[in-house]
Amino acid sequence: MLEIKNLHVNVEGKEILKGINLTVNAGEVHAIMGPNGSGKSTLAQTLAGKQEYEVTKGEALFEGKNLLELSPEVRAREGVFLAFQYPIELPGVSNTNLLKTALNEIRKYRGLEAIDTMEFLSMIKSKMKLVELEQSLLSRAVNEGFSGGEKKRNEIFQMAVLEPKLAILDETDSGLDIDALRIVANGVNKLKTKDNATIVVTHYQRLLDYIIPDFVHVLYKGKIVMSGGKELALELEEKGYDWVKEDKVLL
Amino acid sequence: MSSTEVSTIEELTNKEYKYGFISDIEAESLPAGLNEDTIKKISAIKGEPEFMLEWRLKAYRHWLTLTEPHWANVKYPKINYQAISYYSAPKKKPQLNSLDELDPELRKTFEKLGISLEEQKRLSGVAVDAVFDSVSVATTFREKLSELGIIFCSFSEAVKNHPELVKQYLGSVVPYTDNFFASLNSAVFSDGSFVYIPKGVRCPMELSTYFRMNAANTGQFERTLIIADEGAYVSYLEGCTAPQRDENQLHAAVVELIALDNAQIKYSTVQNWYAGDKDGKGGIYNFVTKRGACRGVNSKISWTQVETGSAITWKYPSCILQGDNSIGEFYSVAVTNNLQQADTGTKMIHLGRNTRSTIISKGISAGRSNNSYRGQVKVARRAENARNFSQCDSLLLGDKCGAHTFPYLEINNPSAQVEHEATTSKIGEDQIFYLNQRGISTEDAIGLIVNGYCKEVFKELPMEFAVEAQKLLSISLEGSVG
Repeated sequence: MLEIKNLHVNVEGKEILKGINLTVNAGEVHAIMGPNGSGKSTLAQTLAGKQEYEVTKGEALFEGKNLLELSPEVRAREGVFLAFQYPIELPGVSNTNLLKTALNEIRKYRGLEAIDTMEFLSMIKSKMKLVELEQSLLSRAVNEGFSGGEKKRNEIFQMAVLEPKLAILDETDSGLDIDALRIVANGVNKLKTKDNATIVVTHYQRLLDYIIPDFVHVLYKGKIVMSGGKELALELEEKGYDWVKEDKVLL
Repeated sequence: MSSTEVSTIEELTNKEYKYGFISDIEAESLPAGLNEDTIKKISAIKGEPEFMLEWRLKAYRHWLTLTEPHWANVKYPKINYQAISYYSAPKKKPQLNSLDELDPELRKTFEKLGISLEEQKRLSGVAVDAVFDSVSVATTFREKLSELGIIFCSFSEAVKNHPELVKQYLGSVVPYTDNFFASLNSAVFSDGSFVYIPKGVRCPMELSTYFRMNAANTGQFERTLIIADEGAYVSYLEGCTAPQRDENQLHAAVVELIALDNAQIKYSTVQNWYAGDKDGKGGIYNFVTKRGACRGVNSKISWTQVETGSAITWKYPSCILQGDNSIGEFYSVAVTNNLQQADTGTKMIHLGRNTRSTIISKGISAGRSNNSYRGQVKVARRAENARNFSQCDSLLLGDKCGAHTFPYLEINNPSAQVEHEATTSKIGEDQIFYLNQRGISTEDAIGLIVNGYCKEVFKELPMEFAVEAQKLLSISLEGSVG
């Protein structure tokens, strides 16, 4: 589904990603871990199409298409979804309005008709239950006045409505208490099918107690320095990132 | 802001005015120039009674003593008032029994504007008085209204058929001495709308006028007078589009509203006049005096405006709160793009006791435009317990535009409560990216954000107008992100 080859990315003239290689297939969950400043969020945002992030080398193919050539909205319509680390507030724009506009854009791109309003409303109501959000949030402005946990749950709710092929969760666990963490993880797990894939970007191992990854990659100084199964996350938790750093020196 | 985004913005800002076409109807016009003879001719063409001509002449003589005001935060070349033709009418002046008799050219024009009268007729509950250039050519729903005693007609007809009402109320809110442009309008006004709602009548439909300027170099001097008698209610919609011109066109309208005891007037405007091209060439000068008098106790006047057009806008719909417990409201969205200039706001003059006023102003500036809010709240000595709440928000798109706020407060009664809130914000590129990431294009993202920003004002507009306003806003701002 996603094939990243030798990806180099500059942010404000400084090289942050220094040759990333990663292959994600349908039905897989990949965790990308790493210490602060290793380039995890840069990778997530680059895949989503943030314009300030300059790709200097390498490529990223999404279902065979050159993802890096597509505008952010086209990537989204192709099925790439980013759950933001810091969800953005949109005063005056209701959640329902955002979701309906987004969903219809994606449907239009895929040659489908705009969704019937009644059908849409019943669909979003059932999806809200996945992340245990109050219905009153629907008419409120996107993320405005939401608690940290509500914002993160709202991201997963949007993901549930838009049904992406590839979901990238950027530090979705940061700032969540244990209950919220469980709710978010449950939502993600329920949305998992054999046809979609998830990349979970996280600093801590604890989210991976709830979302079980098929692969774990460790990102350090802009490169994936280690890859393995879910046990790698546990080892990291135990030994800390210093272990990677030392190891890296040895490499 | 990345350079890619900036260039997208510039690309998208280069949208041409969608309604720029000239309809081919022979106009009957007076030659350019202004003197007492011009005014006598206008009055004669319109077959006006003596009192009307007298009033026009008094206004003209007063106007001669005035000089053009320049305190507003706008710049424009000197206007040559002798180069303007003060009267233009479609040559055929039909007496219409139905829309089928409408000049086909004229109808086509309306259809291009997307406001075909047939469509309007179908829109249940909207009566349309279509003003084409200077003369009212079609009025619908009049019969139904007249059963209730409601008068809704062109100003010229009102002068002939209801001279006593015109005499009593004309100039009673905006006297001909009021200001330079109001004086000029009083001397040469061509036509406009007249509404009278009798005692205790609630007008069952939204009354609507679409203005449109057509003949080249024709100054438009509309005059609107709306009277809501005791206990009456009316909602009036004014919508405007004008075709593309290279010469600047002067528009100096006057609108007077009068609400007697327990009466309520809701006046909504969506203004989309030609703003000039992206280099600032052409466009309408919109110098308008709009004022309402809450003359009776418990009366209420609400102004709601969505201003997206005109090269220059100079406009302050105001309320004089004379009656005790009367209420004045002003809800405004003013959008400027390219080289547009707007100096707009309101005046709330509290004279009666327990009078209340609300001002919600949303300014949106894009391109190299300049958007100023100018508002005055005045509480007179005898106005016990007056209350005002003002909120003035400015939204900047890009870094080449300007937003300014000029609030004036004059409080002469210590019991007054006056609140003023102001904010300035920008559309963040993180907001755009967030929406892009949900599959929404940059243009639509701006539309969503801006419409969200204007929600408080849009909700004051009647339903079909609100939809139109949202569309208009998106068209005006296409791609102007910063």
